[in-house]
Amino acid sequence: MKIHIKNGHVIDPKNNLNSKKDVFVAAGKIASIGNAPDGFIANQTIDAAGLVVSPGFVDLSARLREPGSEYTATLKTELQAAIAGGITSLACPPDTTPVLDEPGLVEMLKHRAKLLNLAHVYPLGALTRRLEGKLLTEMNALSNAGCVGFSQADNAMTDTLVLWRAFEYAATFGYTIFLRAEDYYLAQNGVAHDGEIASRLGLKGIPAAAESLAIASILRIAQQTNTRIHLCRISSAEGVELIRAAKKNGVQVSADVSTQHCHLTEMDIGYFNAHANLKPPLRSTRDKNALCQGLKDGTIDAICSDHTPVNDDAKLLPFAEAEAGASGLELLLPLALKWAVDNKASVADAIAKITSHPAHILNIAAGDLSVNANADIAIFNPQAEWKVQASQLKSQGKNTPFLGQSMLGQIQYTLLNGQLSFQKN
Amino acid sequence: MHNPQLDIDGKLKHLLTIEGLPKRILNQILDTAETFVGVAERDIKKVPLLRGKTVCNIFFENSTRTRTTFEIAAKRLSADVINLNVGTSSQSKGETILDTVDNLIAMHADMFVVRHAQSGAAHFIAQHVPDNISVINAGDGRHAHPTQGLLDVFTVRRYKPDMHNLRVALVGDVLHSRVARSEIHALTTLGVPEVRVIAPKTLLPADVEKLGVQVFHDMKNGLKDVDVVMMLRLQNERMTGALLPSAQEYFRTFGLTQEMLNHAKNDAIVMHPGPMNRGVEIDSSVADGSQSVILPQVTYGIAVRMAVMAILGGRQSAGERNTALQAASSMAPGGIS
Repeated sequence: MKIHIKNGHVIDPKNNLNSKKDVFVAAGKIASIGNAPDGFIANQTIDAAGLVVSPGFVDLSARLREPGSEYTATLKTELQAAIAGGITSLACPPDTTPVLDEPGLVEMLKHRAKLLNLAHVYPLGALTRRLEGKLLTEMNALSNAGCVGFSQADNAMTDTLVLWRAFEYAATFGYTIFLRAEDYYLAQNGVAHDGEIASRLGLKGIPAAAESLAIASILRIAQQTNTRIHLCRISSAEGVELIRAAKKNGVQVSADVSTQHCHLTEMDIGYFNAHANLKPPLRSTRDKNALCQGLKDGTIDAICSDHTPVNDDAKLLPFAEAEAGASGLELLLPLALKWAVDNKASVADAIAKITSHPAHILNIAAGDLSVNANADIAIFNPQAEWKVQASQLKSQGKNTPFLGQSMLGQIQYTLLNGQLSFQKN
Repeated sequence: MHNPQLDIDGKLKHLLTIEGLPKRILNQILDTAETFVGVAERDIKKVPLLRGKTVCNIFFENSTRTRTTFEIAAKRLSADVINLNVGTSSQSKGETILDTVDNLIAMHADMFVVRHAQSGAAHFIAQHVPDNISVINAGDGRHAHPTQGLLDVFTVRRYKPDMHNLRVALVGDVLHSRVARSEIHALTTLGVPEVRVIAPKTLLPADVEKLGVQVFHDMKNGLKDVDVVMMLRLQNERMTGALLPSAQEYFRTFGLTQEMLNHAKNDAIVMHPGPMNRGVEIDSSVADGSQSVILPQVTYGIAVRMAVMAILGGRQSAGERNTALQAASSMAPGGIS
């Protein structure tokens, strides 16, 4: 299969490409950019005039709900949502049922995803058995089964000694640990940022210090044990500041922020809107601005969807009882582009945050259009406006605080392994 | 964002929280309550304003006092009253809030009085009921207890009519108190210039000063020259969560004794939403003393709840009349031609 993508504007941050060029795909790989290889005869031509051609997006966190919560979502529906959102590679956290703490489960997930052939799935293995924070998992076996890193998902790690040893053990093999930093006790039962809004609404707060205290300990342990650490879903200005300082001091740390936290604040809870019940909680405007600034100056490396499909019944409850999380695969592109517009960054900056940077963090071959790289490609119209409607989302999770809002930027085509796997009708 | 408590004409549709309600509506409720104070003193304590209406008390969290006062208020307005203690029935069988509410809607209730342990529960229910049903929040988590806030300012207004010239202090567990939040909003909306909170730092919510109050951590300074002292209930479980060391130490530092009360103005009044913990937040001699208006609060509570129900019921009836008129007028042309 040979595909000629013509007249598109190619943006490939890793290779510093940002101009109008044709892309030639053959045998599942990028054959060349610019001029056709000798003797190239396309089976299929895609006219990308007026469109941007970029590497397929890489999402650092998408819950697919398999195994265990097929009632909420299935691998098939969520990977269809991913591909419709231009996402060709994604990492999924280990908090499935059962937890991804056994190589067999990881192999099964990888196998089922491969059969669907919709997007590449990169599981994060559980750092501790059953995510209980007590006993280490067989990280080496899990890595051999396909795990690209190890994580506690949203589960706490209260025992500092276990945390320290998990870091040392992971560092033995050079694995990256992915942690959402949150002090268990300060965050216990909390559902909103501990500030004016939570006080007014009578919601139990989670102070920003719950994040910064945990980040401070994690960074110190990472430094002492020489472990590569990725901090997930940063939510506070204090957190950004700590990471900025740690990077200056040479700690091997990277960080991401969710699309929700780039654009929303505690104010968006409004009158107890359960779609704004997120982990970590939406914080103040000052925090949001610091996150956006941190993305711009490189303190925060990547934007992720933090895709968490929740079924309607689990959201149809009073705020604190509703299940936390937002569906986000299909909004990753427009919300990354909006970050760029709002913060005077370039489209290429936004694309880097959802392609080459997350690929680097996951240490996977993805997120660029180098010759001979896998032809995973997103082709989108940056000017197309569309409205977020539950009925239009491919994900089984219709839960997003952006429902009803207008988005700028829409995927027209997605290629996976050199095959057209999504086309907007 | 549209205020879910008001209808399109700016009239009260649900009573969910005091926050965001305009002063004119608070005054309308308080003025209406004045007219009901006399009803209780008559031989026949009933007015027919809600005759034929069904008021449903749905208590997802147990309460005797509040539920009883709502029940009396509804009955004095001639409504039929159904009491549902969901805490002990459907919810324990796994039924969701909405299922419970939907069932009651299907039974044609006109008004829901709702108490729930989660903040926002009343808003949640109000969002899911049809337009002709009104929801009254009888307490949701730590968020709001608007009829309590209203009856408290009603009491203040009766004893200290010049609201624009008052100093009011709230004492105690503001963090966990829906009553405190409703009182603060009611007082500030009605133009009380100085509202203070007096509490240890462990019992104050984050950024509490942004609610428009001055913060004090000692009783002497906090009570100095105040006209009204509003005590808050301290629940015993606060001792176990490392919020306070002991009831004794709390009483010694933040309990209201006559000696402490003497720092307030000579004619200051003392209020408490009940139920009281004597010897924990308030000394019995103060609770039963000459400055206490705690029992009048209870009496006025019924008048205020009658006022809220009458106003909401009046809106419903007006709506029915309009619909009937519209139905009549839309039929007329067809009939003539």
